[in-house]
Amino acid sequence: MSLELQFEETIAHDQRLEPRDWVPDAYRSTMVRMIAQHAHSEIIGMQPEGNWITRAPSLRRKAILLAKVQDEAGHGLYLYSAAETLGADRAELTEKLVTGRQKYSSIFNYPTLTFADVGVIGWLVDGAAICNQVPLCRSSYGPYARAMIRICKEESFHQRQGYELLMTMMRGTEQQRAMVQESVDRWWWPSLMMFGPPDADSSHTAQSMEWKIKRHTNDELRQRFVDMSVPQADALGVTLPDPDLRWNAEREHHDFGEIDWAEFKQVVSGNGPCNAQRVAHRKAAHDEGAWVREAAAAHARKNDERRGSAA
Amino acid sequence: MRSEWPLYEVFVRGKRGLNHVHVGSLHAADDEMALHHARDLYTRRNEGVSIWVVRAADITASSPDEKDPFFAPSGDKVYRHPTFYDIPDDVPHI
Repeated sequence: MSLELQFEETIAHDQRLEPRDWVPDAYRSTMVRMIAQHAHSEIIGMQPEGNWITRAPSLRRKAILLAKVQDEAGHGLYLYSAAETLGADRAELTEKLVTGRQKYSSIFNYPTLTFADVGVIGWLVDGAAICNQVPLCRSSYGPYARAMIRICKEESFHQRQGYELLMTMMRGTEQQRAMVQESVDRWWWPSLMMFGPPDADSSHTAQSMEWKIKRHTNDELRQRFVDMSVPQADALGVTLPDPDLRWNAEREHHDFGEIDWAEFKQVVSGNGPCNAQRVAHRKAAHDEGAWVREAAAAHARKNDERRGSAA
Repeated sequence: MRSEWPLYEVFVRGKRGLNHVHVGSLHAADDEMALHHARDLYTRRNEGVSIWVVRAADITASSPDEKDPFFAPSGDKVYRHPTFYDIPDDVPHI
């Protein structure tokens, strides 16, 4: 059987492709692009929330937020590890991120202005991420699918801590409730943009679905997220900032307003409120860590030599 | 700026009585750091009671390209399976 046929049969039988299997170059590069973009998002995603660790209002919230940001680092590393099974080089991936040659999710280019943002990010941003990621647990590339299973388990903590934080604030003062509403107003639309451009404009969707890298289109997942969020917003007592948002009995889904795709394109192409800051921070952290990486490598070499001469 | 830290594969024993299972990989300067990183990365929620790390370069693996011929010797030996043998239904405990 030819390699190409073997590849197609594996996908047709819903089996997973594994690291050393032959895959077409386009599959490999699509997968690397997708996993790297996802990994970068987790790593950059530490910044908006990390911003609030030192100012969390209680030790309990601080411990939770630390654990959450540590999880984001972990998720980034699971994913880089999956990308490396396709022959990508870790240092090169970091290099591509800090030089802007690989992207990360646009949502992290928005600032976290209040502590309510920590809750809303958990509820909406992580909620949208879960919608996107649950189907990826069945992605055709084995190492990616397995990383997604671990990530989804942990994301559930992220979403629940955010929602609980918001419930606590909603039971608080008038000012706290206003703070939550103001945060929801800022994050709702960018959260909807997280699912990517509409299907008609999505350049990668068709091929990715054929290869079973993706299982649902951007618009399907976006609709699912809207339908999930409406009752959660009701229970919380906040209003989602969309006058066109209403139940459509015929479709059995919520209709919602037009997304500002011009804003999306601006943020994706580097002109969001925090793009430059996020990448600069990542680059600085990497550059400032260079001496640690070198020192550890030198220490390991020295130990190796000592062991060598003792033997 | 290629990474100087080698790649390690990580295996975790979920609990006593289970085998170590491969969970992923990581980079570390040496074996000891690999073990510590593996703990921080793969067992943040009590996922393991024991960890093995091994340099990826030290693993010898069968090649996926020749997987059919490589496993062929066991393919035609159906008599290795208990279901190969017909035993009357009224014979107990077998």
